[in-house]
Amino acid sequence: MTRPQSAIVTSGLRKSYGDHVVLDGVDLDVAEGTIFALLGPNGAGKTTIVHILSTLIGADGGTLRVAGHDPADDPDAVRAAIGVTGQFSAVDNLLTGEENLVLMADLHHLGRREGRRRARDLLERFDLVEAARKPAATYSGGMRRRLDLAMGLVGDPRIVFLDEPTTGLDPRSRRTMWQIIRDLVAGGVTVFLTTQYLEEADQLADRIAVLDHGTLVAEGTADELKRLVPGGHISLRFADASELESAAHALDAVGRDDDELTLQLPSDGGVSTLRALLDRLDAESITVDELSVHIPGLDDVFLALTGHSDNEKEAVR
Amino acid sequence: MSTLSYTLADSATMLRRQLRHMLRYPSMTLLLAGMPVVFLLLFVYVFGGTLGAGLGGLSGGRAEYVNYVTPGIILITVASAAQGTAISVAMDMTEGIIARFRTMAISRASVLTGHVLGTMIQTMISMAVVIGVALLVGFRPTAGPVEWIATIGVLAMVTFALTWLSVALGMVTKSVEAASNLPMPLLLLPFLGSGFVPTDSMPAGLRWFAEYQPFTPIIETLRGLLMGSPIGNSAVLAIAWCAGIALVGYLWAKALFKRDPTP
Repeated sequence: MTRPQSAIVTSGLRKSYGDHVVLDGVDLDVAEGTIFALLGPNGAGKTTIVHILSTLIGADGGTLRVAGHDPADDPDAVRAAIGVTGQFSAVDNLLTGEENLVLMADLHHLGRREGRRRARDLLERFDLVEAARKPAATYSGGMRRRLDLAMGLVGDPRIVFLDEPTTGLDPRSRRTMWQIIRDLVAGGVTVFLTTQYLEEADQLADRIAVLDHGTLVAEGTADELKRLVPGGHISLRFADASELESAAHALDAVGRDDDELTLQLPSDGGVSTLRALLDRLDAESITVDELSVHIPGLDDVFLALTGHSDNEKEAVR
Repeated sequence: MSTLSYTLADSATMLRRQLRHMLRYPSMTLLLAGMPVVFLLLFVYVFGGTLGAGLGGLSGGRAEYVNYVTPGIILITVASAAQGTAISVAMDMTEGIIARFRTMAISRASVLTGHVLGTMIQTMISMAVVIGVALLVGFRPTAGPVEWIATIGVLAMVTFALTWLSVALGMVTKSVEAASNLPMPLLLLPFLGSGFVPTDSMPAGLRWFAEYQPFTPIIETLRGLLMGSPIGNSAVLAIAWCAGIALVGYLWAKALFKRDPTP
């Protein structure tokens, strides 16, 4: 094995529309053959990054390399290496699924026979055989998204951009799409994914970058990101204020809510911590109404990092 | 393969896509041919008797007017096709598929070339239908084979020029509605020229405009070829106008397609 190379590198990537700064110096490094998820709320600039990396629009500043080429200097070399699936459904609605794929094959100059063969393979792989001869306009959301992705794969790209590939899909279609993405990477393709679903990034991505207001606020593996926020805790609810009061004296609570009659205790989510706590409660003869364990998820990371935790602030005050 | 053969192959692919759209939705082709046919029937049977009498020809009346008005009606066909092109280009640009084409290593002009060639085929079919109906209602051209070939050449040239212009118009507009309005003046130009009545019957200001606008020399050239009326310098003017319009349309369209799509 050779040392893993970078499929995508950006440094100080900038883009504005008039006074509106969309990207304010973004540094990315995506290793070949991995899934990289760009996570961020709506309007964070995710799609703009995909558009720049996929040569659709130009950057205002910064250096970038996609598949070893600069999209500004040699866009066709970049285009030859990539496949793009946008949140816009980039399919020709008047053509059938099969015709859409053959159109892509023709534009990749694959030749008639090879083009047909690849179209057939993709129809099978993406479970579109039955709908192959129906116009894409009649497809359901999930089918359309699968066709869209299949079209991006006709040219055997080394890097695939997926801009919110599962937005608006039902849970089943979403799982199908996830499996397709995993299979892609198993075949050696690099996947650059944008999503606003934390679960999706958690499930799929080798590395995750969190984008907010045009800057990266964190980057790492899902586990690394989860470690960024403390917040694992056990919450105890009591029947009345006196129980709460005695428990508060006996335990090292980190949080207390007199209205809700709850105490928050630090926890790493492990069983031994929990057992120790239960023993302690027994020893002190404290009766607990309800116990819940809260493990930090990407949600907490996301809320903490992007600062969109207005509701929480409200609750604390 | 060389760059040129890739460009040709991509343009052919895009043309196939365009033709498939037409076959799948023939209503556009029918509409494009239908409107000029309605105009033809309207002008021949409703206004033809009176307008023909004013021409002062030998036979006079309706029979004379069919021969006079047909070249103008043919140009209405081209103008209405131009409107159709602007609409279909504007619609295409709003579809994600164009964004996909932009991220592929294909000849960029091929997307537009496909539209132009597709429209030209569509328009030539519509014109054949219109000429066929004109022949049925009494159009009696004096043209021989050479003149017919020349006529087809002139029509192809006009269609090519107006199609490139309408491709640009389709791209410069922000919405499909606007794209359908922008080429409207093209539909009016045959009326404000020698398409329906001789220009010397018009008031001075209008006559000046009618004599110097591009459609008049084109109509006069067609009329000369089909009916044997004097052409004079109309042919040269027609070619110059078409070359100019085609060049402006092509460069404009290409520049519009090249710019970054707005988010």
